[in-house]
Amino acid sequence: MRHHRIAALAAAAATLAAVAACTEEPAEESADGPIEVVASDDACEVAVSEAQAGTVTFQVKNEGAKVTEFYVYAEGNRVMGEVENITPGLTRELIVELPADEYETACKPGMTGDGIRSAFTVTGEAANLTEDEALQSAVDSYKEYVHNQSTALVEQTGLFTDAVIAGDIETAKALFPVARTYWERIEPVAEIFGDLDPKVDAREDDYPAGPTDPAFTGFHKLEYDLWITGDVSASAPIAEQLMTDVQEVVARAEAEELSPLQLANGAKELLDEIATSKITGEEDRYSHTDLWDFAANLEGSEAAIASMRPVLEERDPELVAALDERFAAAWAALEVHRVDDGWKLHNELSEDELQALSNAINALGEEVSKVAAVVAE
Amino acid sequence: MKRRHAIGLGAAGIAGAGAGFAASRLLPEPSAQAADPAAEAIEFYGEHQAGIVTPAQDRLHFAAFDVITSDRDELIDPHTAAPPPPPRRGGAHFAGPGGASGGDYYAPPDDTGEAQGLPPSGLTLTFGVGPGLFTDADGADRFGLAAKRPEALADLPGFPLDDLDPAISGGDLCIQACANDPQIAVHAVRNLARIGFGTVAIRWSQLGFGRTSSTSLAQATPRNLMGFKDGTANLKAEDEDLLAEHLWAPEGDGAAWMTGGSYMVTRRIRMMIETWDRTSLAEQEAIIGRDKAEGAPLSGGGEFDEPDFDAVHDGAPAIAVNAHIKLAHPTSHGGARMLRRGYSFVDGSDELGRLDAGLFFIAYQRDPATGFVPVQQALAQNDVLNEYIKHTSSAVFACPPGVADADDWWGRALFE
Repeated sequence: MRHHRIAALAAAAATLAAVAACTEEPAEESADGPIEVVASDDACEVAVSEAQAGTVTFQVKNEGAKVTEFYVYAEGNRVMGEVENITPGLTRELIVELPADEYETACKPGMTGDGIRSAFTVTGEAANLTEDEALQSAVDSYKEYVHNQSTALVEQTGLFTDAVIAGDIETAKALFPVARTYWERIEPVAEIFGDLDPKVDAREDDYPAGPTDPAFTGFHKLEYDLWITGDVSASAPIAEQLMTDVQEVVARAEAEELSPLQLANGAKELLDEIATSKITGEEDRYSHTDLWDFAANLEGSEAAIASMRPVLEERDPELVAALDERFAAAWAALEVHRVDDGWKLHNELSEDELQALSNAINALGEEVSKVAAVVAE
Repeated sequence: MKRRHAIGLGAAGIAGAGAGFAASRLLPEPSAQAADPAAEAIEFYGEHQAGIVTPAQDRLHFAAFDVITSDRDELIDPHTAAPPPPPRRGGAHFAGPGGASGGDYYAPPDDTGEAQGLPPSGLTLTFGVGPGLFTDADGADRFGLAAKRPEALADLPGFPLDDLDPAISGGDLCIQACANDPQIAVHAVRNLARIGFGTVAIRWSQLGFGRTSSTSLAQATPRNLMGFKDGTANLKAEDEDLLAEHLWAPEGDGAAWMTGGSYMVTRRIRMMIETWDRTSLAEQEAIIGRDKAEGAPLSGGGEFDEPDFDAVHDGAPAIAVNAHIKLAHPTSHGGARMLRRGYSFVDGSDELGRLDAGLFFIAYQRDPATGFVPVQQALAQNDVLNEYIKHTSSAVFACPPGVADADDWWGRALFE
């Protein structure tokens, strides 16, 4: 098993890095040609279940009625590559560099949940990595995640702000938690830019005059307009500003160098976010869509940990086992509140249900807080 | 490999707040200088758990836990717990091998740190298990322990006038942390709760101050927030024959694992302070049955003289038939006695600006069915004091015998 892991680390250095890419243009052919994936609302048919190590291209066609996503996961849900926002009828490609290992492919109709999974085996040769290379590959892998989430964030924020500008309140309300999902998954990266985070995500109590304070902008100001006043006639400038600010955050995030320590602390901070502002219902106090943010924070934390998994497996396999167990328990606690492709509203949960979520996050947070010292060794 | 230890503790689960955890690790060692007796350490190991007949300390942090794992091994396995760390400078023990500031710089400290530099302060940790550990609400056996549940560990019956909040009642496990410095008691509960995340979760907790009972002849009788001496007739550590008869569960008394243990009842009793304070002294004394200044029974004599319930003043009983000491007196209940160990509390004030204050009642006994239950039935039906008090929380726990040594742990005989 250990051998296997090290082999998996292998290709990472040169390749894993940032090679997953998505494009609507036909890409350079991989050795055996693209692997066709037919996605529908209840199936995910991958033409073959094996490939040679190296560049692998998937061609994903969405024949369903829901927007879907396609992922390739290594052990522990480490994202090797993903393509987001495949709208019905569209075909998109995922080009991903895969060292020899066991993987899973997944389609996510509706863009939520574990997805429809299949095993995918990659065989071949690969070289060993140094410790520094392993850490760098963790950072590269996470940066790839940030890149993919950022791309979707810009797209979804655009749809959301367009709806606000068009005065289409119902559509805007439906898109609000979806756009925030991509924001919340990578929020620790956005928080590096201290000036932009408040403009995008501040809450009314950050301002002396509360919700009507002229300085109050961003997602939550629009949330206030949509849910509390129900009047977006004067919201267009706020929406336009939000779009500009999100694009600025994304541009800066792409250029930012991250350290393994930042990944580890980011994973912990996302759980702290859940513990302090999602479980309490403070984050989305007008719309009560806090569980969407909760799930996104949890996904973001898990993605950061997953990117470091090879290093953690090498240095502290007991911690990895504990992390797996606690992440699974946290998801199990949250899953019971799923409704279709979304989540129950915060104010529909009982005290006991919130307590159970809090217990799961506390348990997980204690383990995740140990990761920083392991990667800092 | 500090992290492994930490994981081990977490997995030890009850580690969290229970059996597998060597509680001694949070207990300070006796320090060299014995300047202030209140600062000294109390022996943790022994036939009985400390914190029962131990002379009552000044402060309390009581915590009730829910067991949230369904994995029996996780709950009880003591072997994953790390060995106790070596004694530290200053004599204090802290959670985890890294302590408060000796661990990895990039890791959260193992210990939360607020007890650094403080003396042991008489800390005792007393552990108990509630009925819910054995069977769930539907009667299902949770951890294969149902057959070991003692008859004496029964849910308390409902009493008239109960105003119980389920959110601050019951619990699968409890820790009573008592110390002469509140920071020491809070530190113990906080670190145990943290170690237990994922296995046990705090259900409710209560801070207390100003012990309201004396549990030793060496202690003066303290006063509760009604201003009256409380616990004059309490069982005392020195009454060994009475303790054997009324406090400790003897061999053959039911569950073998409880031999040398005791049953604990807790009640959070809110006092209607403002209305009590505008009650005349005459009425206050008549309600209690003792004089307020000395604590002497209204039948005459001094504080420690037995009340004479037959005494008559001006043609009426000197002690009213519904006075608190009459209704609560052992002679009214077949001689059954309890060891009370309660604390006053003030949890701020309520939405009407009234002090949210009262007595956090704790009583230990051989069997609640002959101890607390008949007394409370009598009080709930007839006590004039009920006009000024309200029971808002209730719980019952079986506190197993003491931990013998460093290889032993809380409740071992129950779990093994």
